Amino acid sequence: MLHWASSSMKRRMPWLASLLVCGFLVLAFLLIDSHSASALPTPSIKVNALPAFARKYGMPCSSCHEAWPKLSPFGQAFKDNGYQMGNDRDAPIFQQPAYWPVTWRITPQWHRDSLGRVGVDGPGVSPVEARVTTHGFDWSGLDFHTAGTLAKNVSFYVLPASDNTGAFHFEAVWARFDNLLGSSWLNIKVGKFELDNLQSEKRILTLSTFGGSYQNYHFQPATENPSGVAVPFTFGIGDNQVGVEWMGHSKNDRTRISASLLSSNDGNPGLPTSRGYDGFISASQAFEAGSLGVQRVGVFGYFGQAPTYFQYNQTVGGTTTGVAGTGIGNKSFYRVGFIGMWYLKKLDFTTMYFRGWDNAFLGTGTAANAALPTGARAPTWNGGLIETHYNLNPQLILINRLETVRMSQQALPVDPAGAPGTVPSSNFGDIDVVTTGFRYYPFISSRAGFAFHNEFSIFRQRGASPTGLDQTNSSLLFGFDFAF
Amino acid sequence: MRTAKITKLVLGIAAALAVPMLASAQGESHVGKYAGDTGAGKQLYYRYCWGCHGFRGDGNGENGPYLNILPRNFVAATFKCRSTPTGTLPTDEDLFNALTRGFNNSNMPAWITLTAQNRADLVAFIKTFSPRWKSDKPGDPIAVPAEPALSLQSIQHGKELFTKLECWKCHGAEGRGDGPSASTLTDSNDQPIRPYNFAAGSRFKCGATNHDLYKIFMTGLDGTPMPSFADVIKPEDAWDLVHYLRTLQITQKSPELTLWMSTKEGAEYVKAQKVGGTPTGSGIKQ
Repeated sequence: MLHWASSSMKRRMPWLASLLVCGFLVLAFLLIDSHSASALPTPSIKVNALPAFARKYGMPCSSCHEAWPKLSPFGQAFKDNGYQMGNDRDAPIFQQPAYWPVTWRITPQWHRDSLGRVGVDGPGVSPVEARVTTHGFDWSGLDFHTAGTLAKNVSFYVLPASDNTGAFHFEAVWARFDNLLGSSWLNIKVGKFELDNLQSEKRILTLSTFGGSYQNYHFQPATENPSGVAVPFTFGIGDNQVGVEWMGHSKNDRTRISASLLSSNDGNPGLPTSRGYDGFISASQAFEAGSLGVQRVGVFGYFGQAPTYFQYNQTVGGTTTGVAGTGIGNKSFYRVGFIGMWYLKKLDFTTMYFRGWDNAFLGTGTAANAALPTGARAPTWNGGLIETHYNLNPQLILINRLETVRMSQQALPVDPAGAPGTVPSSNFGDIDVVTTGFRYYPFISSRAGFAFHNEFSIFRQRGASPTGLDQTNSSLLFGFDFAF
Repeated sequence: MRTAKITKLVLGIAAALAVPMLASAQGESHVGKYAGDTGAGKQLYYRYCWGCHGFRGDGNGENGPYLNILPRNFVAATFKCRSTPTGTLPTDEDLFNALTRGFNNSNMPAWITLTAQNRADLVAFIKTFSPRWKSDKPGDPIAVPAEPALSLQSIQHGKELFTKLECWKCHGAEGRGDGPSASTLTDSNDQPIRPYNFAAGSRFKCGATNHDLYKIFMTGLDGTPMPSFADVIKPEDAWDLVHYLRTLQITQKSPELTLWMSTKEGAEYVKAQKVGGTPTGSGIKQ
C-alpha cells in the first residue's frame, strides 16, 4: 500500500502543489534555523493572551501536549484527573476573579482539494465522471473551548463549535464529579463527550479534507442508507456521544478504564431517532521502557443498536416523516479494536486494529418489519492504522499516517458483473488513506498556541464513483492553526 | 611538521569533545537504579519546566510574576525539601522525590506521570544550573531513628515542646498558621510566606508521612523562616513533637488524633477547633 501511495502521489500531485510544499518546507527550516540550533523557546517572546489551562497553571503548552492538540502522558493524566493537577490550586477560588476559562481555535488556510471521478453533467447534460479540483484561501470552523473546574473535583467542559459559515452547535457539554470517595477510580461524567478513545480524533494532528479524520472511526459499508431508507443509520465512534461515563485510573495514569452508557442517537440533540441505549468500554495499560518512554496498549469496544423504522409517521403537506424519537425495530452493531502507542524517544508510533460489524438490516438499509434482500448478510470489515510522529523538539513534529479499511463480508451478494441488487466486488468500499505533514510551532508559551500546519493527504475508495470505479481524492493544506 | 599539525588537530578535537563530556559527567544524577542524563534532562526541562523555572533556571519564567509562591531558583540551589542538614545541598533522591510528589500548596504539580528515568534525567539537568553542585557535595542524610510507640505521654510531651520551642509564634497556638509572627514572615526572595496551617489538613510541603514530618523540622526548610531544630531537640523529643503535630490536623484521620480524642481534654479541644459552615469550594475542609 505504501508503494501504491507513493506512486499515486507522484502521478497525481500537480507541479504547483509540489512547489508550495517545497516552499513551505524551506520557510519552515529557515525559521527553525533562525531561532537556534536547538530550536528552543526564548524568554524574550511575549504574548498577550492566556489559553485557559495554561493561564490557570502557568505551564507551557508543551507540558500537556506532545504537540498540541495531541496530549502527552502528563496532559492525559491532567485530563483524567478532571483538569486538575492534584494540588491545592485546582479550585476556581484560587483564580483571580477576572479569570475566564475560554480558549478559541481557528485555522486560516490555503487548501487544494481534488476529487476523482465525480458525477457531473457532460455534453448535452448527460452524466459523466470528471476530476474536480478546487483551491484557494479559506478558513476553518471556530471552536470555543470552555473548560475547567467549578470546584475542587467538579469539572466541566462546554464546546460550542461552528462550521466556517458560523453556524454553531454544541460539540461537547458535560460535567464530571472527580475522585469520588477520594478515589481516582471513581469519576462520573454526564453529558455529551468524546468517547474515551486513546487515539483521540478531537486531538488529531492533521486537518485537511481527507486527512482530518480517522476513516475507521466513521466507516460504514457503502451498502448502508440506500435512497429512501426509513431511518438513516449514521454512527461514528469518533463522534461525541451523549450519556454517562464512569472512568477510573491509577494515580500515575498508567492504568485507565472506562465504561459508558449512551443514548443511541450518535450524539445528536433532542433524541431524533431512538429510545435505545448503547455501551462503550475502554481499558489500557501503560508501562515504562527505560529511557524510551511510556508505552501503552489498550482495547475498546462499542456495542450499539439503531432503529430501522419509525413507530409513528406524520404527513404534513404531502410529505411523510417519522415522529422524532419513535424509532423502533432496533438492530445491533459493534466496533471493537486494539491499540498500541509505542515510544522510541522522539519517535512514536500508534498502531490500531479495528473491527466492525453491522446487522444485515442496517447493512442493507432494510426496515426490521420488511424482508431482507436475497442473500443479505451482516457486513463485517477490518481496519488498521499506523500513525508515526517524529517530535524533533517541542516546536516541530513530523506526522505520517497510513490508514486502511477492508471489507471482509459485504452485506449484499458480490457480482463483478454488477447485476441489480448486488455489489460489484468483494472490495467495494475499501479505503486507503496516506497523510503526511508537519506542524511547526514558532513559539511555545503558556499564553497562546500557534502552528504552521502543512499537510498532504491522498485517499482512495474502491468502487465509490457513480459508475463503480475507484475514487481517488487528495487534499493539500497550508494553514496557521492558532488557539488563544 | 605535518605530523605535529595532525597531532595538534587530533588533540584539539579530543579536547573539544572532552569538555562537554566532562560537563555532562558533572551533571549526572543517580537515583536507585536510574542514572540521570543531562542531555535528556535538558530536553525535558525545555518541554515541561521553563515556563515557571525560567530559561536559565533562575525561577524567572514567564509565569513567575503571576505565581504567589515563586518557582524554585535552581541557580541559587537552595532547596526546601531535603534529607540533608540545613545549609547543605540535597541528595539526588531528594530532588527526585520532590519532582515525583509535587508541592501541594504551590503550582508545582506531581510529575509522577513521567517515567522514573525521565525524572532522574531532570534531576541531572537541574543540577547544571548552579556552580554549587561543582564546588559542594550534597550533605549526608540525617539519621531518622525508628518511631517510638505512640502514647498519650508522647503527645503531651510534644505539646509542651510546641510551646517551649515557640512553634506557636508562627504556626499559632492551634496550628492554624496564624501566630503573632505569621504576618511578618518572608522567604529568601523577600516574598511574604505563610506558615503551614495544620488545621486545614492538606499534605505537608515535603511529604505526607510522620517520617517526612520528622525530617521537615530536623532539617529545616532552607530559604524559608522555618529553621532546623536538629541542634535543639533530641531525636526522641522530635518524635513526640511529630505525634503532637498530628493531633493539630483535626480534619485528617490519624492514630495520633484518635488517641488524643479518646481523652476528655483532646475531645473538647478538637470539638472546639472544628468550624461549621459551608465549604469554600477550595477543597479545604473547614
